[in-house]
Amino acid sequence: MDVFKILGITAKALVVVLVLLSLSNLAILAERKVSSWIQGRVGPNRTALPIIGAIPFLGAGLTRLGLFQPLADGLKLLLKEDPVPDHVNKFYYFLAPVAAFIPAVTAITVLPFGEIVRNGTPRPIVLADLDIGILFIFAVASLGVYGVILAGWASNSKYPFLGGIRASAQMISYELALGLSILPVFMWTNAPGSQAGLNLFAVVQGQEHFWNVFWMPVSALLFLVAIFAETNRLPFDMAESESELVSGFSTEYGSFKFGLFFLAEYAHIVVGSGVFTVLFLGGWRLPFIASYYSGGMTGAVLSVLVFCAKTFLVVFLFMWVRWTLPRFRYDQIMKLGWTVMLPLSLLNIIGYALFLAVWDGI
Amino acid sequence: MSAGKVTDGRIDVFIDGEKVRCPPGTNLIDLVEGMGKEIPHYCYHPKLSVSGNCRMCLVELGTPAMDRETGKPVLDEDGAPKIMYFPNPVIACATRLTSGMRVRTQSAKVRECREAVLEFLLINHPLDCPICDQAGECLLQEFATDYGRGYSRFIEKKVVKPKRTVLGPRVMLDDERCILCSRCVRFCQEVVEDDVLGFVDRGTYTTLTCYPGKQLENNYSLNTVDICPVGALTSRDFRFRMRVWFLKETPSICTESSVGVNTLVGSREGKVYRITPRRNDGVNDTWMSDSGRALYKRIEDENRLIDFRVNRLPVRPEDALSEALRRLQGDKVAFVGSGQSSVEEHFLFNCLSRAAGSVLNCLVSRTREGDGFLISNDANPNVRGALCLGFIDTLPEANLTGLAEKINRGEVDAVVVHNEDLTTAGIGRSLLEKVEVIYLGSHGNGASETASVVIPGLTVFEKSGTFINQQFRLQKFLQAVPGPPGVLDDLVTISRLLNLLGKDEGRLATPAAVWAVLSRRLKCFEGISFDTLPETGALLDGSAFRSLPFCEGPSLHFEPETGTVEARA
Amino acid sequence: MAVKILKRRPLSLLEKTYLPQILIGLKITLRNLFRPSVTLQYPEERPDIPEGYRGVPTLVKDANGREKCVACQLCEFVCPPRAIRITSRELETGGEDAHIEKAPDEFEIDMLRCIYCGYCQEVCPEEAIWLQDVFSISGYSREAMVFDKEKLYQLGGTLPDNHFKWDRKKAEEEAAKRH
Repeated sequence: MDVFKILGITAKALVVVLVLLSLSNLAILAERKVSSWIQGRVGPNRTALPIIGAIPFLGAGLTRLGLFQPLADGLKLLLKEDPVPDHVNKFYYFLAPVAAFIPAVTAITVLPFGEIVRNGTPRPIVLADLDIGILFIFAVASLGVYGVILAGWASNSKYPFLGGIRASAQMISYELALGLSILPVFMWTNAPGSQAGLNLFAVVQGQEHFWNVFWMPVSALLFLVAIFAETNRLPFDMAESESELVSGFSTEYGSFKFGLFFLAEYAHIVVGSGVFTVLFLGGWRLPFIASYYSGGMTGAVLSVLVFCAKTFLVVFLFMWVRWTLPRFRYDQIMKLGWTVMLPLSLLNIIGYALFLAVWDGI
Repeated sequence: MSAGKVTDGRIDVFIDGEKVRCPPGTNLIDLVEGMGKEIPHYCYHPKLSVSGNCRMCLVELGTPAMDRETGKPVLDEDGAPKIMYFPNPVIACATRLTSGMRVRTQSAKVRECREAVLEFLLINHPLDCPICDQAGECLLQEFATDYGRGYSRFIEKKVVKPKRTVLGPRVMLDDERCILCSRCVRFCQEVVEDDVLGFVDRGTYTTLTCYPGKQLENNYSLNTVDICPVGALTSRDFRFRMRVWFLKETPSICTESSVGVNTLVGSREGKVYRITPRRNDGVNDTWMSDSGRALYKRIEDENRLIDFRVNRLPVRPEDALSEALRRLQGDKVAFVGSGQSSVEEHFLFNCLSRAAGSVLNCLVSRTREGDGFLISNDANPNVRGALCLGFIDTLPEANLTGLAEKINRGEVDAVVVHNEDLTTAGIGRSLLEKVEVIYLGSHGNGASETASVVIPGLTVFEKSGTFINQQFRLQKFLQAVPGPPGVLDDLVTISRLLNLLGKDEGRLATPAAVWAVLSRRLKCFEGISFDTLPETGALLDGSAFRSLPFCEGPSLHFEPETGTVEARA
Repeated sequence: MAVKILKRRPLSLLEKTYLPQILIGLKITLRNLFRPSVTLQYPEERPDIPEGYRGVPTLVKDANGREKCVACQLCEFVCPPRAIRITSRELETGGEDAHIEKAPDEFEIDMLRCIYCGYCQEVCPEEAIWLQDVFSISGYSREAMVFDKEKLYQLGGTLPDNHFKWDRKKAEEEAAKRH
């Protein structure tokens, strides 16, 4: 592999990661705005940049939307004093935010977020078009829990410890349902004769006519609930449990290390929404339209934009749910995971298998 | 008298149905007060004659009916004596109790009387309570809450009288507030026999005034302010300075003379605002001199000592103490105590003088012409304390000739002085400079100026302790305000010095701790503890000092022993 | 009191999934999302202060521009956090205000201690202390937050009541002198 190719791939990866990070930042802002709107407040609307904020109408509008707020928040977290409590295990304490952050960003590598038609064949816009795409995502994303557990353990303090324990239990419980819930999707995609494997691009291509969410609503629902749990979002916020564990696993963290945790959480959400979009919402496809992304670069850009829009709708759903539902109790979460989600996803597979058998029989 | 049962000279009377036993002729108001109840009154004062002009103390009174022919009490059908109630209410202050009397102090009729009397008293009252100094301890206010109607039916114009009449150098009169009870007039006539006050004009225009050309300027004039039940007479010193409800009142003893007048020190947030007399029927009744009331000003005197000094330079307390210790360790040390020190300080000072091997102990006398009432000839409040503790065995002298001689002969090279000015006691400045002076005291003077070690102390208002007055009455005073920051109690200082000298007397830094030792060690203090010493004091046996020619003449509740007077003559 | 026991209705199968309820909840929050916010943009927008509002305590002068306070110290006494400190003085005899007799020499309210309970206003017999509608006072030091008499009068201004107590008192005194 020559140097230029490596540089090119690195540049591409950097762009994608940077975009992901800025989307995560925007998601943080969106969270604040959505929560305040739902609660009848206005949210951040004061932070202004000196020159851009002074542009008539546009500057004022951006300021009112709080678009400069993520910048201020990030700077604040970066420049704050970085306290390290005496009682922590220093090595793992520093490792934990990194361990939480890296998997969240890595998962994006195999996620296709658009298509480009080259020489008449559609190709995915993706960093690495792996055949085991979904497996890679699950593998990497589940590494994220190590960050949480490490943080809880290395803090050497009761609340983070409890937060870490709960988070690990919760993630293990819901990963089963998460994995099982998407089997029908691949059963459908890997129809006899196709070579799709676990490739995500193939899943999107398979939804040319009809989104999976309509084919398999139970799978979609199970998957959605499971990624809520996987990303530690309310109503499954066992890792943080603000109302009982101060701030859960991140209690002893401040400054930029806390910022990394925070960013990782939202990166998880963005990636999770992207996966949901790919698996169930047809990726960059719009319903009932076979293919209209044949226009080269224009089509490619269009497809990315459609994908982003869909993803953000799912992100919005995350926030919408958070400010609607109350928290679960820890035992309720366990009960839901083991006695409802797991049997239901098994039944779902069996039901779907039967359905496919009948379908293929026809 | 035959109507009721008479035993041991006491009679039975019935107050609101409750049977009380008292000597015949007891004043009704006093008796009821002793029962813990109250008959409201303005003009009556237990230490003054009865004038009966305020009419507030009206009660219903009944006596057992007598059969005129037989002289036997009339019995009703139950066999109990029949009670004849007077048709109209009578004033309690002028009622001397006889056997079998029945009194109703709370009946509806009595209440009605009090309401009516109060309403009349308030007709011309200006109601300027917000600026009145009496507010908070005003009998008009108190009884108005009990018997007032809460609004005025008087729609006519109130009589306007002068509000700022100067009666004397210390007393101011607000005529509008006066209810003409005449307590002040009677006080001047009967107690101080300086008949300057009187009423002029008639009806609602009656005004209290001084005899033309005279002023209320005797040394007891401020007692009229105390006994004034309303805010008519006010002290010009205390006037408008502090509201009385803020004052914390601490029982204390006046240090003006050996009479040992009982006082209450009113202070707020560490600042003394006034001194009022405290009733003690064995010492000062309810009176006090004006000059004694001004003594609190010494707390903020400009020559107050607040620094520990060695050779006139301020040092840390421990340095001053170690410097003092160095000088005490010589073998030519003399001790000059003070008649103004408390019993506890005398005790520790005496211990210190013994520990240091004192060559001479002496006390400076302060005599002057007393007034035969509450100021005695001796201005030292606690000479008898020094005697009882054995610090001295003769009476103090005005000139310390013995000490002066010893200094001249070189037999003394250090003098420990407690609060006394040696330069006015026969030891001149040049003589003082021959010796090292260790001065302990609250105020600076000639002795402290030449002293090589100065240890500041507290005034009587800033510490607790006891005095023994001219009657050999042991009386307690308590700390009213904290001392200046950093200044130690003399007890602390002296007991520290004792410990440094190697005489471990234990921790004797509080009067209670000292008394725990004193009551064990000295026979005349047996069974006395500081905490249980009654507010009226305890009389000690002073017969051991009968032969000493004390300088006090007769005063209120005190007759000097004949032997001493003869010795004086 | 009769006790009425309400029987809880058993949940239907659909309700047991909680899904319809969640959807209803989402509908409600979505509706809220589009409602206008109730936030008051504080420094630019100010709330309407209702009558009887208990803001900063101030001293007021009467219609003649004289200070009403006579230093009775009742407010100092009643003040729960002990924020008020008054030093009083006697007015000179024969002066313009001789008939008033007493006035505050110093009058300090520690605004950091004040809890805006309004007891001082309630207890004042001269209606001299009033809680005004100012609710945001600030300062750069603790000392600056102890308001002295001058500052309190500056905040309080004049109370245009028609008691004219001192005028009437003076007139009465004049009349008494003629008698």
